[in-house]
Amino acid sequence: MKLKLPNPGVDDRIPSHKDLERMEKEEAGDRPKWDNKVQYLLTCVGFCVGLGNVWRFPYLCQSHGGGAFMIPFLILLVLEGIPLLHLEFAIGQRLRKGSVGVWRSINPYLTGVGIASLLVSFLVGLYYNTIMAWIMWYLFNSFQNPLPWSQCPLNANRTGLLEECERSSTVDYFWYRETLNTSTAIEEAGGLQWWMVLSLVAAWTLLYVCCIRGIETTGKAVYVTSTLPYVVLTIFLIRGLTLKGSTDGIKYLFTPDVKELMNPTTWLDAGAQVFYSFSLAFGGLISFSSYNSVHNNCEMDAVLISIINGCTSVYSATVIYSIIGFRATEKFDECTGNNILKLMNTFNYPEDNITESNYNEVLTHLNQTSPDIIQGLNLQTCDLQFFLSQGVEGTGLAFIVFTEAIIKMPVSPLWAVLFFIMLFCLGLSTMFGSIEGVVAPLQELRVLPKTWPKEVFTGITCFISLGLGLIFALQSGSYWLALFDNFAGSIPLLVIALCEMISVIYIYGVDRFNKDIEFMIGHKPNIFWQVTWRVVSPVIMIFILVFYFVTEVTEAPTYLVWDQKSENFPTLEERAYPSWIYAIIVILAGIPCLCIPFYALFKLIQNKCCKKKKDYRDDTLDTITSKIKMNEQKFKTQHSL
Amino acid sequence: MLERVILLLCVLPVLAAQNCRPNAPEGHKVRLSIKTALGDEAYDWNENELFLFQSTMAYAMRRLKGQQFTVSNIVVCNETPRVSFWFVVTSPQDPSQLVPKGEVEEAVRKSRNRINQAFMLSDSTLEFIGILPTLAAPVEPPTPTWLIVFGVVMGLVVAGIFILLMLSSVQKKRKKNKIADEEEEDEDEGTRVQTPENGSTRVDYYNNSFADDERFTHM
Repeated sequence: MKLKLPNPGVDDRIPSHKDLERMEKEEAGDRPKWDNKVQYLLTCVGFCVGLGNVWRFPYLCQSHGGGAFMIPFLILLVLEGIPLLHLEFAIGQRLRKGSVGVWRSINPYLTGVGIASLLVSFLVGLYYNTIMAWIMWYLFNSFQNPLPWSQCPLNANRTGLLEECERSSTVDYFWYRETLNTSTAIEEAGGLQWWMVLSLVAAWTLLYVCCIRGIETTGKAVYVTSTLPYVVLTIFLIRGLTLKGSTDGIKYLFTPDVKELMNPTTWLDAGAQVFYSFSLAFGGLISFSSYNSVHNNCEMDAVLISIINGCTSVYSATVIYSIIGFRATEKFDECTGNNILKLMNTFNYPEDNITESNYNEVLTHLNQTSPDIIQGLNLQTCDLQFFLSQGVEGTGLAFIVFTEAIIKMPVSPLWAVLFFIMLFCLGLSTMFGSIEGVVAPLQELRVLPKTWPKEVFTGITCFISLGLGLIFALQSGSYWLALFDNFAGSIPLLVIALCEMISVIYIYGVDRFNKDIEFMIGHKPNIFWQVTWRVVSPVIMIFILVFYFVTEVTEAPTYLVWDQKSENFPTLEERAYPSWIYAIIVILAGIPCLCIPFYALFKLIQNKCCKKKKDYRDDTLDTITSKIKMNEQKFKTQHSL
Repeated sequence: MLERVILLLCVLPVLAAQNCRPNAPEGHKVRLSIKTALGDEAYDWNENELFLFQSTMAYAMRRLKGQQFTVSNIVVCNETPRVSFWFVVTSPQDPSQLVPKGEVEEAVRKSRNRINQAFMLSDSTLEFIGILPTLAAPVEPPTPTWLIVFGVVMGLVVAGIFILLMLSSVQKKRKKNKIADEEEEDEDEGTRVQTPENGSTRVDYYNNSFADDERFTHM
């Protein structure tokens, strides 16, 4: 498909290959640079590998047929993830600008894509750092023995445990009451929870100190934040494999169910997971890649980072499910133990008469001899598969299921600290990319004076995000976070990614793009890239976008609530959103998407209004200043000689 | 006389036995889970262990009431292989009278720890059915631990921000001075290059004005 849309004046807006060579030799120190290749790779790996690899992928894997899920995941990784990643790396490295600058260079009407990236990075960063605040809260609370989520507090007259805690569990209680102090509906805002505000402040100031000078400081921080999670995962794997029941968990995770491949939701979820896992369309990757040297091999980088991302997902899934297997076995043993105790106590059998092995026989025998007593005992059915399937996703996995597993391990505080440090590092390195995706375009939009140092830009971003993020410190904060997660970070990203592909391949021109890549890395991209860029990846993106849109629009959105008065307590109750929430959903999902056409329209009107005079003046002015600047350069080089 | 004593001695256990039965009004059920608590080091439950139980209960009653309770005042019945049994406590002055349930409970609560320790068991493995153990409140340090950790982290972070901002401003000042020095050197070089050739102030003026023009076109 040799379709190319008309795009006049590109050459004036972008540096030519000669300019790039010259900039490379002279090392014009205006733009920041990576200290070495390792920093760049670690930063990109850190951005891509995030909390989703730990708490979304294992759940998808287990719920969509275990080992069989690898097939759609790997296929879509190769057909969707790698081409998009290579595209973003290459365009950033070629045009040497952040997301707004890149799209503005390709065509000023496309600046809206960059602005949309900016908005999405901002909104996602807002709620993502709140999760970091929760992780920090748990981390701060892990430095004590016994862990605070292992005990229920006593009720008012000290005769028993607190009712809410007794009906649910200690970990549930600690999460919903002592951490979130959650209300029962999103309308009930409650007040600000001071401990949450403190955690938020800690999270944002820590992020600020790491991002304060852009990649100068984050480049140093990623040596720790990108490598530590792997170390901790390995420690947990070794620990997990020595625990009873871990192999059950791993078997449960990877047991293939090939029938799931027929289900279109499996493929849709795999595609969505690949897309979101690669942190595409945020603009951060374009920025990072623009600080590279011109002849950096971006093709190799894209393939390498994709492989690392995929392997990390599988590795962390193994670790998580070994620990979940242990927890499930512990719960199963507890359940059977309780039943055995009840039987022994009622029928006065000596201890050790009933064990796990002969429990079933004894039960059937007793059921025949005295069925009414057995009925009255209310024995629970203990099913290991049921406990294994309780491995939820998201915050439930980290803060409820995993913490429960940790309190059953010996030396719990150590494991708790390690686990939360790992989650923190994973999230922090993703936040670096988010902040870059906000600050770099902000500088390029020239909203604030150019002379202001970068520290001020990052400071303002962090400060405003902290202020707006206080909404998540309300009692209804977790419901707001779920709302943001579902709507701000889903559809806009898909739309932006689609626009990116179309812009680069059909507006910038795939021929020009191929020549650029040939100039940068020495050989033209092969047939695989051509096919995926032009046809396969855009088609997959359109499919996912359409399906997503249809599912979101047709179902009335609901959310899960922690309500003591509900019938199924402690299971979360599903509740419909109030009507005014729809307005907010439209704002969250709509505004970034609508930025793209609206800015193009705005630019069109602006141009039509004051077209001829301005264009002429711009041209002559540009040539005069550029000529003088070239002369100044010559002067300076002569003097330095 | 002797016959009366013999009769009394024969009747008493019967009376006591009549008083001690499952679900007796003043009786308590006790359940021990020795194997659960001690695993391999579990001891067998036999008459001697029962005797120990009776004596510890007598000790507990003595401690509460100050009366001379003996082993025979603790009447045990309905032993099961589970290791559970019922017991009632008779009053030392009048063996036919039972000590009220409430007092027995109080005595058990008061000496619970000692009773547990005599058998190397705990509240959950030596159960007195109906007498709930008083729950220990979770220990809370005066300052919550998390605040201390939070304080440490925030201190480090704020110090880090401060140091980095200071370093930035120091670096900028150095850069400015360096550029100012370089510009002075350039100007000096310019004048030095020209003056040997022409040696007149007109050249200096020319150079200065050229330098000024440069600044205008810079825009």
